[in-house]
Amino acid sequence: MVRFDGVSKTFTVGKQTVVAVENVSLTIEQGEIFAIIGYSGAGKSTLVRLINGLERVTSGTVTVDGVDVTALSESRLRPVRSGIGMIFQQFNLFRSRTVAGNVAYPLKVAGWPREKRAARVAELLEFVGLADRARSYPDQLSGGQKQRVGIARALATSPTLLLADESTSALDPETTQEVLRLLQKVNRELGVTVVVITHEMDVVRSIADRVAVLDRGRVVEQDTVFEVFSNPKTDTARRFVGTVIRDRPTSGDLDRLRQSHSGRLVTAQVREGGGVGPILAGAADLGVSFEIVYGGISALQDRSFGSLTLELRGPDAGIDALLARLREHTDVEEVAA
Amino acid sequence: MSGIDWGMIGPLYVRAFGQTLYMVSVAMLAGGVAGLVLGTLLYTTRRGGLLQNRLFYAVLNFAVNLIRPIPFILLLAFIGPVTLAVVGTQIGTEAVIFPLAIAASFAVSRIVEQNLVTIDPGVIEAARAMGASPLRIILTLLVPEALGPLILGYTFMFIAVVDASAVAGIIGGGGLGDLAIVYGYQRFNYPVTLLAVVTIIVIVQLVQVLGNALARRALRR
Repeated sequence: MVRFDGVSKTFTVGKQTVVAVENVSLTIEQGEIFAIIGYSGAGKSTLVRLINGLERVTSGTVTVDGVDVTALSESRLRPVRSGIGMIFQQFNLFRSRTVAGNVAYPLKVAGWPREKRAARVAELLEFVGLADRARSYPDQLSGGQKQRVGIARALATSPTLLLADESTSALDPETTQEVLRLLQKVNRELGVTVVVITHEMDVVRSIADRVAVLDRGRVVEQDTVFEVFSNPKTDTARRFVGTVIRDRPTSGDLDRLRQSHSGRLVTAQVREGGGVGPILAGAADLGVSFEIVYGGISALQDRSFGSLTLELRGPDAGIDALLARLREHTDVEEVAA
Repeated sequence: MSGIDWGMIGPLYVRAFGQTLYMVSVAMLAGGVAGLVLGTLLYTTRRGGLLQNRLFYAVLNFAVNLIRPIPFILLLAFIGPVTLAVVGTQIGTEAVIFPLAIAASFAVSRIVEQNLVTIDPGVIEAARAMGASPLRIILTLLVPEALGPLILGYTFMFIAVVDASAVAGIIGGGGLGDLAIVYGYQRFNYPVTLLAVVTIIVIVQLVQVLGNALARRALRR
Protein backbone atom coordinates (compact mmCIF):
# COMPACT_ATOMS: atom_id res chain seq x y z
CA MET A 1 0.00 0.00 0.00
CA VAL A 2 2.71 2.44 1.05
CA ARG A 3 6.41 1.85 0.59
CA PHE A 4 9.32 3.97 1.77
CA ASP A 5 12.64 3.22 0.11
CA GLY A 6 15.69 4.87 1.64
CA VAL A 7 13.77 8.05 2.32
CA SER A 8 15.50 11.09 3.80
CA LYS A 9 14.18 14.58 4.40
CA THR A 10 16.27 17.53 5.50
CA PHE A 11 15.14 21.07 6.22
CA THR A 12 17.36 24.07 5.82
CA VAL A 13 16.70 26.76 8.38
CA GLY A 14 18.98 29.69 7.68
CA LYS A 15 22.42 28.11 7.46
CA GLN A 16 21.49 25.12 9.60
CA THR A 17 20.47 21.82 8.12
CA VAL A 18 18.09 19.70 10.15
CA VAL A 19 17.63 16.04 9.32
CA ALA A 20 13.99 15.21 10.02
CA VAL A 21 13.86 11.77 8.41
CA GLU A 22 16.93 9.68 7.74
CA ASN A 23 17.14 6.69 5.41
CA VAL A 24 13.74 5.23 6.26
CA SER A 25 12.57 2.07 4.54
CA LEU A 26 9.31 0.48 5.50
CA THR A 27 6.22 -1.09 3.99
CA ILE A 28 2.66 -0.53 5.11
CA GLU A 29 0.37 -3.37 4.05
CA GLN A 30 -3.10 -3.03 2.61
CA GLY A 31 -5.82 -3.20 5.28
CA GLU A 32 -3.66 -2.92 8.37
CA ILE A 33 -3.40 -0.29 11.08
CA PHE A 34 0.21 0.76 11.10
CA ALA A 35 1.51 2.93 13.92
CA ILE A 36 4.54 5.18 13.86
CA ILE A 37 5.61 6.13 17.36
CA GLY A 38 8.28 8.55 18.46
CA TYR A 39 8.95 11.45 20.79
CA SER A 40 8.12 14.95 19.62
CA GLY A 41 10.75 16.05 17.13
CA ALA A 42 11.47 12.46 16.07
CA GLY A 43 10.25 13.28 12.56
CA LYS A 44 6.98 11.34 12.55
CA SER A 45 4.78 14.22 11.35
CA THR A 46 7.23 14.87 8.53
CA LEU A 47 7.31 11.17 7.68
CA VAL A 48 3.52 10.92 7.32
CA ARG A 49 3.41 14.09 5.18
CA LEU A 50 5.80 12.50 2.72
CA ILE A 51 3.06 9.97 1.93
CA ASN A 52 0.63 12.56 0.50
CA GLY A 53 3.35 14.89 -0.66
CA LEU A 54 2.59 17.76 1.73
CA GLU A 55 6.33 17.52 2.32
CA ARG A 56 8.67 16.42 -0.47
CA VAL A 57 11.52 13.96 0.04
CA THR A 58 15.14 15.05 -0.15
CA SER A 59 16.12 11.57 -1.37
CA GLY A 60 14.57 8.13 -1.72
CA THR A 61 11.13 7.20 -3.01
CA VAL A 62 7.66 6.85 -1.52
CA THR A 63 5.22 4.65 -3.39
CA VAL A 64 1.49 4.75 -2.69
CA ASP A 65 -0.63 2.07 -4.39
CA GLY A 66 2.12 1.53 -6.91
CA VAL A 67 2.45 5.24 -7.75
CA ASP A 68 5.78 6.92 -7.01
CA VAL A 69 4.51 10.10 -5.37
CA THR A 70 8.00 11.56 -5.11
CA ALA A 71 8.13 11.83 -8.90
CA LEU A 72 4.83 13.71 -9.21
CA SER A 73 4.50 17.45 -9.67
CA GLU A 74 2.34 19.44 -7.25
CA SER A 75 -0.60 19.49 -9.68
CA ARG A 76 -0.27 15.75 -10.46
CA LEU A 77 -0.24 15.08 -6.71
CA ARG A 78 -3.67 16.62 -6.17
CA PRO A 79 -5.76 13.71 -7.45
CA VAL A 80 -3.55 11.34 -5.41
CA ARG A 81 -4.23 13.41 -2.28
CA SER A 82 -7.92 13.28 -3.01
CA GLY A 83 -7.69 9.52 -2.53
CA ILE A 84 -5.85 9.76 0.80
CA GLY A 85 -7.69 10.94 3.91
CA MET A 86 -5.91 12.86 6.64
CA ILE A 87 -6.84 13.87 10.18
CA PHE A 88 -4.94 16.15 12.51
CA GLN A 89 -4.14 16.74 16.16
CA GLN A 90 -5.86 20.14 16.15
CA PHE A 91 -8.64 18.81 13.87
CA ASN A 92 -8.10 21.69 11.40
CA LEU A 93 -11.79 22.10 10.71
CA PHE A 94 -12.99 25.09 8.69
CA ARG A 95 -14.52 27.39 11.31
CA SER A 96 -16.45 29.32 8.69
CA ARG A 97 -18.32 26.21 7.56
CA THR A 98 -20.89 24.02 9.25
CA VAL A 99 -20.20 20.38 10.05
CA ALA A 100 -21.95 19.42 6.80
CA GLY A 101 -19.99 22.13 4.94
CA ASN A 102 -16.72 20.74 6.25
CA VAL A 103 -17.54 17.21 5.16
CA ALA A 104 -18.76 18.44 1.76
CA TYR A 105 -15.58 20.42 1.00
CA PRO A 106 -13.40 17.50 -0.21
CA LEU A 107 -16.34 16.34 -2.34
CA LYS A 108 -16.46 19.75 -4.01
CA VAL A 109 -12.73 19.55 -4.57
CA ALA A 110 -13.22 16.13 -6.17
CA GLY A 111 -15.94 17.58 -8.41
CA TRP A 112 -19.01 15.79 -7.03
CA PRO A 113 -22.35 17.26 -8.17
CA ARG A 114 -24.40 18.99 -5.48
CA GLU A 115 -27.20 16.43 -5.16
CA LYS A 116 -24.77 13.52 -4.70
CA ARG A 117 -22.80 15.54 -2.14
CA ALA A 118 -25.74 15.97 0.22
CA ALA A 119 -26.48 12.24 0.30
CA ARG A 120 -22.82 11.38 0.87
CA VAL A 121 -22.49 13.94 3.69
CA ALA A 122 -25.57 12.51 5.44
CA GLU A 123 -24.19 9.00 5.10
CA LEU A 124 -20.80 10.00 6.55
CA LEU A 125 -22.29 11.91 9.49
CA GLU A 126 -24.42 8.88 10.23
CA PHE A 127 -21.29 6.71 10.19
CA VAL A 128 -19.47 8.89 12.75
CA GLY A 129 -22.61 9.37 14.85
CA LEU A 130 -23.08 13.11 14.27
CA ALA A 131 -26.15 13.15 12.03
CA ASP A 132 -27.87 15.59 14.41
CA ARG A 133 -25.01 18.11 14.33
CA ALA A 134 -24.90 18.71 10.56
CA ARG A 135 -25.83 22.39 10.89
CA SER A 136 -23.58 23.12 13.88
CA TYR A 137 -20.34 25.04 13.54
CA PRO A 138 -17.05 23.50 14.75
CA ASP A 139 -16.86 26.01 17.64
CA GLN A 140 -20.03 24.48 19.06
CA LEU A 141 -18.60 20.95 19.25
CA SER A 142 -16.51 19.12 21.86
CA GLY A 143 -13.01 17.89 21.00
CA GLY A 144 -14.17 14.34 20.38
CA GLN A 145 -16.99 15.53 18.14
CA LYS A 146 -14.57 17.75 16.20
CA GLN A 147 -12.30 14.81 15.53
CA ARG A 148 -15.27 12.73 14.39
CA VAL A 149 -16.10 15.49 11.92
CA GLY A 150 -12.44 15.40 10.89
CA ILE A 151 -12.72 11.66 10.28
CA ALA A 152 -15.98 12.03 8.31
CA ARG A 153 -14.34 14.75 6.20
CA ALA A 154 -11.25 12.60 5.62
CA LEU A 155 -13.40 9.65 4.51
CA ALA A 156 -15.65 11.70 2.22
CA THR A 157 -14.06 10.66 -1.06
CA SER A 158 -13.84 6.99 0.05
CA PRO A 159 -10.05 6.91 0.35
CA THR A 160 -8.29 3.57 0.73
CA LEU A 161 -5.69 5.13 3.02
CA LEU A 162 -6.19 7.30 6.11
CA LEU A 163 -3.35 9.23 7.73
CA ALA A 164 -3.93 10.10 11.39
CA ASP A 165 -1.42 12.64 12.65
CA GLU A 166 -1.55 12.64 16.48
CA SER A 167 -5.29 12.41 16.09
CA THR A 168 -5.98 11.82 19.78
CA SER A 169 -3.23 13.88 21.42
CA ALA A 170 -5.53 16.83 22.13
CA LEU A 171 -8.24 14.63 23.64
CA ASP A 172 -8.94 13.32 27.15
CA PRO A 173 -8.48 9.57 27.79
CA GLU A 174 -12.15 8.69 27.42
CA THR A 175 -12.59 10.63 24.18
CA THR A 176 -9.34 9.14 22.95
CA GLN A 177 -10.81 5.65 23.27
CA GLU A 178 -13.96 6.80 21.47
CA VAL A 179 -11.95 8.13 18.53
CA LEU A 180 -9.71 5.05 18.46
CA ARG A 181 -12.77 2.80 18.33
CA LEU A 182 -14.00 4.83 15.39
CA LEU A 183 -10.66 4.46 13.60
CA GLN A 184 -10.86 0.73 14.20
CA LYS A 185 -14.36 0.71 12.74
CA VAL A 186 -13.08 2.59 9.69
CA ASN A 187 -10.38 -0.04 9.29
CA ARG A 188 -12.60 -3.08 9.81
CA GLU A 189 -15.85 -2.04 8.15
CA LEU A 190 -14.50 0.02 5.28
CA GLY A 191 -11.22 -1.81 4.82
CA VAL A 192 -9.29 1.45 4.95
CA THR A 193 -5.56 1.17 5.65
CA VAL A 194 -4.77 3.47 8.60
CA VAL A 195 -1.42 5.04 9.42
CA VAL A 196 -1.40 6.30 12.99
CA ILE A 197 1.23 8.78 14.13
CA THR A 198 1.48 9.03 17.89
CA HIS A 199 3.69 9.53 20.91
CA GLU A 200 1.36 7.49 23.11
CA MET A 201 2.09 3.79 23.39
CA ASP A 202 -1.44 3.28 24.67
CA VAL A 203 -2.76 4.27 21.23
CA VAL A 204 -0.46 1.71 19.61
CA ARG A 205 -1.59 -0.99 22.03
CA SER A 206 -5.28 -0.17 21.50
CA ILE A 207 -5.53 -0.37 17.74
CA ALA A 208 -2.33 -1.02 15.81
CA ASP A 209 -1.32 -4.25 14.09
CA ARG A 210 2.28 -3.25 13.45
CA VAL A 211 4.45 -0.45 14.71
CA ALA A 212 7.60 1.37 13.70
CA VAL A 213 9.58 3.15 16.41
CA LEU A 214 11.10 6.39 15.17
CA ASP A 215 14.03 7.97 16.97
CA ARG A 216 15.71 11.10 15.66
CA GLY A 217 14.47 10.48 12.13
CA ARG A 218 15.43 6.81 11.98
CA VAL A 219 13.29 3.71 12.26
CA VAL A 220 15.02 1.88 15.11
CA GLU A 221 12.52 -0.94 15.46
CA GLN A 222 9.71 -2.27 13.33
CA ASP A 223 7.54 -5.28 14.06
CA THR A 224 4.12 -6.51 15.12
CA VAL A 225 2.74 -4.68 18.12
CA PHE A 226 2.84 -7.90 20.16
CA GLU A 227 6.50 -8.47 19.38
CA VAL A 228 7.54 -4.90 20.21
CA PHE A 229 5.58 -4.94 23.47
CA SER A 230 6.65 -8.38 24.61
CA ASN A 231 10.22 -8.17 23.41
CA PRO A 232 11.41 -4.60 22.75
CA LYS A 233 14.92 -4.61 21.33
CA THR A 234 15.99 -0.99 21.60
CA ASP A 235 16.11 1.43 24.53
CA THR A 236 13.65 3.75 22.81
CA ALA A 237 11.16 0.94 22.32
CA ARG A 238 11.66 -0.24 25.90
CA ARG A 239 10.98 3.25 27.22
CA PHE A 240 7.78 3.48 25.18
CA VAL A 241 6.64 0.04 26.30
CA GLY A 242 7.48 1.02 29.87
CA THR A 243 5.01 3.92 29.69
CA VAL A 244 2.05 1.55 29.49
CA ILE A 245 3.32 -1.80 30.77
CA ARG A 246 4.84 -1.53 34.22
CA ASP A 247 5.76 -5.15 34.81
CA ARG A 248 9.47 -4.44 35.19
CA PRO A 249 10.72 -2.75 38.34
CA THR A 250 12.48 0.58 37.86
CA SER A 251 15.79 1.17 39.63
CA GLY A 252 13.86 2.99 42.34
CA ASP A 253 11.56 0.00 42.79
CA LEU A 254 14.62 -2.25 42.97
CA ASP A 255 16.22 -0.17 45.72
CA ARG A 256 13.04 -0.47 47.73
CA LEU A 257 12.74 -4.23 47.04
CA ARG A 258 16.35 -4.71 48.02
CA GLN A 259 15.71 -3.22 51.47
CA SER A 260 12.88 -5.57 52.33
CA HIS A 261 14.12 -8.69 50.53
CA SER A 262 17.52 -10.17 51.30
CA GLY A 263 17.37 -13.12 48.85
CA ARG A 264 18.50 -13.10 45.19
CA LEU A 265 16.24 -11.07 42.91
CA VAL A 266 15.61 -12.21 39.33
CA THR A 267 13.24 -10.98 36.64
CA ALA A 268 11.81 -13.67 34.36
CA GLN A 269 9.88 -13.02 31.16
CA VAL A 270 6.51 -14.69 30.98
CA ARG A 271 5.36 -15.68 27.51
CA GLU A 272 2.46 -17.61 26.13
CA GLY A 273 3.28 -21.30 26.62
CA GLY A 274 6.47 -20.32 28.45
CA GLY A 275 6.04 -22.86 31.23
CA VAL A 276 7.45 -20.73 34.04
CA GLY A 277 4.84 -22.04 36.48
CA PRO A 278 5.77 -25.76 36.42
CA ILE A 279 9.47 -24.92 36.84
CA LEU A 280 8.75 -22.76 39.86
CA ALA A 281 6.60 -25.56 41.23
CA GLY A 282 9.73 -27.71 41.27
CA ALA A 283 11.78 -25.12 43.19
CA ALA A 284 11.17 -26.81 46.52
CA ASP A 285 12.90 -30.00 45.27
CA LEU A 286 16.08 -27.92 44.87
CA GLY A 287 15.70 -26.54 48.37
CA VAL A 288 14.75 -23.14 46.98
CA SER A 289 11.80 -21.04 48.11
CA PHE A 290 10.47 -18.14 46.06
CA GLU A 291 8.26 -15.14 46.46
CA ILE A 292 6.79 -12.96 43.67
CA VAL A 293 7.76 -9.41 44.59
CA TYR A 294 6.95 -7.47 41.42
CA GLY A 295 5.48 -7.93 37.95
CA GLY A 296 2.42 -8.28 35.82
CA ILE A 297 0.93 -10.15 32.89
CA SER A 298 -0.87 -8.35 30.06
CA ALA A 299 -2.76 -9.54 27.05
CA LEU A 300 -2.27 -8.05 23.62
CA GLN A 301 -3.75 -9.11 20.30
CA ASP A 302 -5.20 -12.08 22.24
CA ARG A 303 -1.81 -13.27 23.48
CA SER A 304 -0.41 -12.77 26.95
CA PHE A 305 3.02 -11.63 28.00
CA GLY A 306 4.70 -9.94 30.94
CA SER A 307 7.40 -10.40 33.50
CA LEU A 308 7.74 -11.48 37.12
CA THR A 309 10.40 -10.40 39.58
CA LEU A 310 11.11 -13.13 42.12
CA GLU A 311 13.00 -13.28 45.35
CA LEU A 312 14.79 -16.64 45.58
CA ARG A 313 16.07 -18.03 48.87
CA GLY A 314 18.10 -21.18 49.45
CA PRO A 315 21.52 -22.63 48.64
CA ASP A 316 23.28 -20.91 45.70
CA ALA A 317 23.71 -24.21 43.88
CA GLY A 318 19.95 -24.85 44.06
CA ILE A 319 19.14 -21.33 42.87
CA ASP A 320 21.62 -21.62 39.97
CA ALA A 321 20.04 -24.90 38.94
CA LEU A 322 16.58 -23.35 39.04
CA LEU A 323 17.75 -20.38 36.95
CA ALA A 324 19.29 -22.76 34.42
CA ARG A 325 15.94 -24.55 34.04
CA LEU A 326 14.12 -21.24 33.65
CA ARG A 327 16.59 -20.04 31.02
CA GLU A 328 15.77 -23.05 28.88
CA HIS A 329 12.29 -21.61 28.45
CA THR A 330 12.52 -17.88 28.77
CA ASP A 331 14.74 -14.84 29.38
CA VAL A 332 15.85 -14.40 32.95
CA GLU A 333 17.82 -11.47 34.28
CA GLU A 334 19.43 -11.52 37.67
CA VAL A 335 19.05 -8.16 39.36
CA ALA A 336 22.47 -7.11 40.65
CA ALA A 337 22.75 -6.99 44.41
CA MET B 1 -20.56 84.21 14.49
CA SER B 2 -23.68 83.97 12.44
CA GLY B 3 -26.34 81.28 12.24
CA ILE B 4 -26.90 78.96 9.31
CA ASP B 5 -28.60 80.57 6.34
CA TRP B 6 -30.44 77.43 5.26
CA GLY B 7 -31.59 79.07 2.06
CA MET B 8 -27.98 79.21 0.90
CA ILE B 9 -26.30 76.42 2.89
CA GLY B 10 -29.11 73.86 2.51
CA PRO B 11 -28.52 72.95 -1.15
CA LEU B 12 -24.73 73.18 -0.69
CA TYR B 13 -24.95 70.81 2.27
CA VAL B 14 -27.00 68.29 0.35
CA ARG B 15 -24.57 68.45 -2.56
CA ALA B 16 -21.50 68.14 -0.28
CA PHE B 17 -23.09 65.22 1.55
CA GLY B 18 -23.73 63.48 -1.77
CA GLN B 19 -20.19 64.17 -2.98
CA THR B 20 -18.65 62.71 0.17
CA LEU B 21 -20.77 59.56 -0.07
CA TYR B 22 -20.00 59.27 -3.77
CA MET B 23 -16.24 59.66 -3.35
CA VAL B 24 -16.00 57.40 -0.32
CA SER B 25 -18.21 54.60 -1.61
CA VAL B 26 -16.66 54.38 -5.08
CA ALA B 27 -13.12 54.62 -3.66
CA MET B 28 -13.93 51.97 -1.03
CA LEU B 29 -15.46 49.67 -3.61
CA ALA B 30 -12.58 49.93 -6.06
CA GLY B 31 -9.89 50.15 -3.38
CA GLY B 32 -11.53 47.38 -1.38
CA VAL B 33 -11.48 44.93 -4.26
CA ALA B 34 -7.98 45.92 -5.41
CA GLY B 35 -6.76 45.80 -1.80
CA LEU B 36 -8.24 42.34 -1.34
CA VAL B 37 -6.35 41.12 -4.40
CA LEU B 38 -3.09 42.83 -3.38
CA GLY B 39 -3.40 41.68 0.24
CA THR B 40 -4.08 38.10 -0.85
CA LEU B 41 -1.04 38.27 -3.13
CA LEU B 42 1.09 39.59 -0.26
CA TYR B 43 -0.14 36.78 1.98
CA THR B 44 0.22 33.96 -0.52
CA THR B 45 3.62 34.95 -1.91
CA ARG B 46 5.29 35.50 1.47
CA ARG B 47 7.65 32.85 2.80
CA GLY B 48 5.84 29.58 3.42
CA GLY B 49 2.79 30.83 1.50
CA LEU B 50 0.72 28.90 -1.02
CA LEU B 51 2.33 30.70 -3.97
CA GLN B 52 5.64 31.56 -2.32
CA ASN B 53 7.61 33.91 -4.57
CA ARG B 54 10.29 35.94 -2.86
CA LEU B 55 10.89 38.41 -5.68
CA PHE B 56 7.21 39.12 -6.27
CA TYR B 57 6.63 39.56 -2.55
CA ALA B 58 9.64 41.86 -2.16
CA VAL B 59 8.51 44.10 -5.03
CA LEU B 60 4.89 44.29 -3.91
CA ASN B 61 5.86 44.79 -0.29
CA PHE B 62 8.16 47.63 -1.29
CA ALA B 63 5.46 49.25 -3.43
CA VAL B 64 2.97 49.13 -0.57
CA ASN B 65 5.50 50.65 1.80
CA LEU B 66 6.28 53.32 -0.78
CA ILE B 67 2.71 54.53 -1.32
CA ARG B 68 1.32 54.14 2.18
CA PRO B 69 3.34 56.77 4.07
CA ILE B 70 2.53 59.57 1.58
CA PRO B 71 0.03 61.92 3.26
CA PHE B 72 -3.15 61.89 1.17
CA ILE B 73 -3.07 65.62 0.46
CA LEU B 74 0.35 65.14 -1.15
CA LEU B 75 -0.66 61.99 -3.03
CA LEU B 76 -3.55 63.96 -4.49
CA ALA B 77 -1.11 66.46 -5.98
CA PHE B 78 1.68 63.99 -6.68
CA ILE B 79 -0.27 61.57 -8.88
CA GLY B 80 -2.14 64.34 -10.67
CA PRO B 81 -0.68 63.43 -14.09
CA VAL B 82 -1.72 59.80 -13.67
CA THR B 83 -5.19 60.92 -12.63
CA LEU B 84 -5.38 63.06 -15.75
CA ALA B 85 -4.40 60.10 -17.91
CA VAL B 86 -6.85 57.71 -16.25
CA VAL B 87 -9.85 59.88 -15.41
CA GLY B 88 -9.38 62.53 -18.08
CA THR B 89 -9.33 65.44 -15.67
CA GLN B 90 -7.27 66.62 -12.71
CA ILE B 91 -10.05 68.47 -10.99
CA GLY B 92 -13.45 67.66 -9.59
CA THR B 93 -15.00 64.85 -7.58
CA GLU B 94 -14.07 62.11 -10.05
CA ALA B 95 -10.45 63.25 -10.00
CA VAL B 96 -10.42 62.73 -6.21
CA ILE B 97 -11.83 59.22 -6.42
CA PHE B 98 -8.85 57.85 -8.33
CA PRO B 99 -6.13 58.80 -5.82
CA LEU B 100 -8.52 57.94 -2.98
CA ALA B 101 -8.97 54.45 -4.42
CA ILE B 102 -5.20 54.09 -4.88
CA ALA B 103 -4.53 55.05 -1.27
CA ALA B 104 -7.33 52.78 -0.07
CA SER B 105 -6.10 49.74 -2.03
CA PHE B 106 -2.61 49.90 -0.58
CA ALA B 107 -3.88 50.42 2.95
CA VAL B 108 -6.50 47.68 2.55
CA SER B 109 -3.85 45.31 1.20
CA ARG B 110 -1.99 45.50 4.52
CA ILE B 111 -5.16 44.99 6.53
CA VAL B 112 -6.08 41.97 4.40
CA GLU B 113 -2.56 40.53 4.70
CA GLN B 114 -2.56 40.99 8.49
CA ASN B 115 -5.91 39.28 8.86
CA LEU B 116 -5.08 36.38 6.56
CA VAL B 117 -1.88 35.74 8.53
CA THR B 118 -4.01 34.91 11.56
CA ILE B 119 -5.65 31.96 9.76
CA ASP B 120 -4.45 28.68 11.28
CA PRO B 121 -1.96 27.19 8.77
CA GLY B 122 -3.38 23.78 9.72
CA VAL B 123 -6.65 24.68 8.02
CA ILE B 124 -4.82 25.40 4.78
CA GLU B 125 -2.82 22.20 5.15
CA ALA B 126 -6.07 20.26 5.59
CA ALA B 127 -7.39 21.71 2.33
CA ARG B 128 -4.13 20.87 0.55
CA ALA B 129 -4.35 17.32 1.91
CA MET B 130 -7.76 17.02 0.24
CA GLY B 131 -6.19 17.88 -3.08
CA ALA B 132 -7.46 21.48 -3.25
CA SER B 133 -5.48 23.74 -5.58
CA PRO B 134 -3.99 27.02 -4.30
CA LEU B 135 -6.52 28.97 -6.39
CA ARG B 136 -9.44 27.07 -4.88
CA ILE B 137 -8.07 27.59 -1.37
CA ILE B 138 -7.66 31.31 -2.03
CA LEU B 139 -11.14 31.70 -3.49
CA THR B 140 -13.15 29.44 -1.21
CA LEU B 141 -11.32 29.30 2.08
CA LEU B 142 -9.13 32.29 2.92
CA VAL B 143 -11.74 35.04 2.92
CA PRO B 144 -14.49 33.03 4.70
CA GLU B 145 -12.04 31.91 7.41
CA ALA B 146 -10.92 35.50 8.10
CA LEU B 147 -14.27 37.17 7.39
CA GLY B 148 -14.97 38.60 10.86
CA PRO B 149 -11.65 40.45 11.25
CA LEU B 150 -11.80 41.47 7.57
CA ILE B 151 -15.14 43.19 8.09
CA LEU B 152 -13.71 45.10 11.05
CA GLY B 153 -10.66 46.01 8.95
CA TYR B 154 -12.83 47.32 6.11
CA THR B 155 -14.88 49.32 8.60
CA PHE B 156 -11.69 50.89 9.87
CA MET B 157 -10.65 51.67 6.28
CA PHE B 158 -14.01 53.22 5.43
CA ILE B 159 -13.51 55.69 8.23
CA ALA B 160 -9.95 56.42 7.11
CA VAL B 161 -11.25 57.10 3.60
CA VAL B 162 -13.91 59.49 4.96
CA ASP B 163 -11.04 61.25 6.75
CA ALA B 164 -8.93 61.45 3.58
CA SER B 165 -11.86 62.67 1.48
CA ALA B 166 -12.03 65.84 3.59
CA VAL B 167 -9.19 67.39 1.60
CA ALA B 168 -10.95 66.81 -1.74
CA GLY B 169 -11.62 70.55 -1.94
CA ILE B 170 -7.95 71.13 -2.81
CA ILE B 171 -8.65 69.97 -6.36
CA GLY B 172 -12.26 71.03 -6.47
CA GLY B 173 -13.74 67.74 -5.39
CA GLY B 174 -16.18 69.26 -2.92
CA GLY B 175 -17.62 67.18 -0.11
CA LEU B 176 -18.32 67.84 3.55
CA GLY B 177 -14.70 68.74 4.33
CA ASP B 178 -14.73 71.40 1.64
CA LEU B 179 -18.05 72.76 2.95
CA ALA B 180 -16.62 73.05 6.44
CA ILE B 181 -13.50 74.87 5.26
CA VAL B 182 -14.94 77.17 2.60
CA TYR B 183 -18.33 78.04 4.06
CA GLY B 184 -17.54 77.51 7.72
CA TYR B 185 -13.94 78.18 8.59
CA GLN B 186 -13.05 80.75 5.95
CA ARG B 187 -16.27 82.71 6.47
CA PHE B 188 -16.08 82.57 10.26
CA ASN B 189 -19.36 80.67 10.24
CA TYR B 190 -18.72 78.20 13.00
CA PRO B 191 -22.16 76.49 12.88
CA VAL B 192 -21.50 75.37 9.29
CA THR B 193 -18.19 73.80 10.33
CA LEU B 194 -19.97 72.15 13.21
CA LEU B 195 -22.71 70.87 10.90
CA ALA B 196 -20.15 69.25 8.58
CA VAL B 197 -18.21 67.73 11.48
CA VAL B 198 -21.33 66.36 13.15
CA THR B 199 -22.48 64.86 9.83
CA ILE B 200 -19.13 63.12 9.40
CA ILE B 201 -19.31 61.83 12.99
CA VAL B 202 -22.79 60.43 12.36
CA ILE B 203 -21.66 58.68 9.15
CA VAL B 204 -18.68 57.18 10.95
CA GLN B 205 -20.77 56.02 13.91
CA LEU B 206 -23.35 54.37 11.67
CA VAL B 207 -20.71 52.57 9.64
CA GLN B 208 -18.96 51.37 12.79
CA VAL B 209 -22.19 50.04 14.29
CA LEU B 210 -22.98 48.26 11.03
CA GLY B 211 -19.45 46.87 10.77
CA ASN B 212 -19.52 45.58 14.34
CA ALA B 213 -22.87 43.91 13.81
CA LEU B 214 -21.74 42.19 10.58
CA ALA B 215 -18.47 41.09 12.16
CA ARG B 216 -20.33 39.65 15.13
CA ARG B 217 -22.51 37.65 12.78
CA ALA B 218 -19.51 36.40 10.86
CA LEU B 219 -17.74 35.40 14.07
CA ARG B 220 -20.96 34.03 15.58
CA ARG B 221 -20.15 35.59 18.96
